[in-house]
Amino acid sequence: MNTGKLTKMILVLALAASGTAQAADTAASDSDKIEQYREMISDGNPADFDEMRGEELWKKAGGPNQASLEKCDLGKGPGVVKGAYAALPRYFKDTKMVQDLESRLLTCMTTLQGIPEADITAKPFASDKKASDISSLASYVVGQSKGIKMAVSTKHPKEKEAYEIGKRIFFYRAGPYDFACSTCHATSDTRIRMQDLPNFQVKADAQAAYVSWPAYRVSQGLTRSFQWRLNDCFRQQRFPEPKFASEATVALTMYLAVSANGAEYAGPGLKR
Amino acid sequence: MNAKQLFGIAVSVCLASVTFSAQAGSKDDKKLDAKTVEIIKRDFRDKGIAKADRVNQDELQAACSKYKDELPDKLKAKLEAAQAKEIKWPADGNFMGDWKAGEKLAQSGKGMTWSDKAEDPAGGNCYNCHRLSAKEIAYGTIGPSLLNYGKKRAAKEELQRSVYGHIYNAKAYNACANMPRFGHMGILSEAQIKDLVALLLDPESPVNPK
Repeated sequence: MNTGKLTKMILVLALAASGTAQAADTAASDSDKIEQYREMISDGNPADFDEMRGEELWKKAGGPNQASLEKCDLGKGPGVVKGAYAALPRYFKDTKMVQDLESRLLTCMTTLQGIPEADITAKPFASDKKASDISSLASYVVGQSKGIKMAVSTKHPKEKEAYEIGKRIFFYRAGPYDFACSTCHATSDTRIRMQDLPNFQVKADAQAAYVSWPAYRVSQGLTRSFQWRLNDCFRQQRFPEPKFASEATVALTMYLAVSANGAEYAGPGLKR
Repeated sequence: MNAKQLFGIAVSVCLASVTFSAQAGSKDDKKLDAKTVEIIKRDFRDKGIAKADRVNQDELQAACSKYKDELPDKLKAKLEAAQAKEIKWPADGNFMGDWKAGEKLAQSGKGMTWSDKAEDPAGGNCYNCHRLSAKEIAYGTIGPSLLNYGKKRAAKEELQRSVYGHIYNAKAYNACANMPRFGHMGILSEAQIKDLVALLLDPESPVNPK
């Protein structure tokens, strides 16, 4: 990234911050506003910074083993990052599990670098106080699938099973509000307050939503991973917390990713 | 069409029905249903006020999940009757509270997430899904618009009772409705539900502009 682009982006970020403050008083729909914002930064996304951080982490020796992640196999062979995200989640022979990107990164960080799993899963998401390595690594990897068509397989029996379980989780109603994912995401053209909701039962909607995550969240000033996206959905669903990179979250991701098959991956995206 | 073609069609119809019956509610499906519940119970944990046992479903939640909210008629009627039986009606026989308090409550989308505190009162979350006051333009559309709700209807006691019942437990009227069971689940108190009834039906409420 050159300095000109960097300066422009910082300017845009400042504008965005003032925009967020105004948002409470004005009534234009969030989608309209975010569209304007997208135009403003058409040649750059603040998520670029997180991608760069992730790339450095990927290549740098780290952890007790002082190893880089350049031998990490994301499904396309050791070290291959290009296009890997567009085919995830998938079944991995070495772990005998279906894994999404973050679950797979967790495997690589623990096995290759020797970082204790609990050190990573204790705080897997970025906050304004502290960046998250696994989240930045995810930003880097997804960026390497930009423009590549989503092609998530359900050929392996375990992949098929994850898809089927994910579908069931999508419709699973529980908690004090009786909400499931489907309560808000199985009807077209609806919104919560001013926030438009994608209908995951409609291919085009599911594709547009899935390929735009992970994303830079303007209101939070942070790049958010897909595991974070699911985590915050469950929070608003009034559920307890899904464990990071757990089978439940991977299965749900599998269901959503397969619904997005055929679309060009477009992330990291940009959200309100 | 000759006899041979006809025979061909008959065979394929038979085959199709065999395949269909093997799939619908098959052993595999039941196994997957059971595995899903097992995974959910294992993979969610306590956070703040949102305890892990929230994933345990009651009979209604389990049925709506299984049928993706499209229940067979008989089961639907049975579940609705069971929910209706549990509605606690106000002891004083009065359903109308203060619409101003109701409007405040309707605006609040807070409550019961793991980032809320136990002592923080839950809001009504009404504007998240419904249009209510004509003045509030940031309204959701998951539920129907309730603007002019009281104007279109005579605010008789029977209607007040029905609105109270719907807010207390929407599932008594439509088993797999999207709307939470605000009274049944202890989200809102009797007094708060009365305030919301007034928000909908009071002629002075901004929901019913003159």
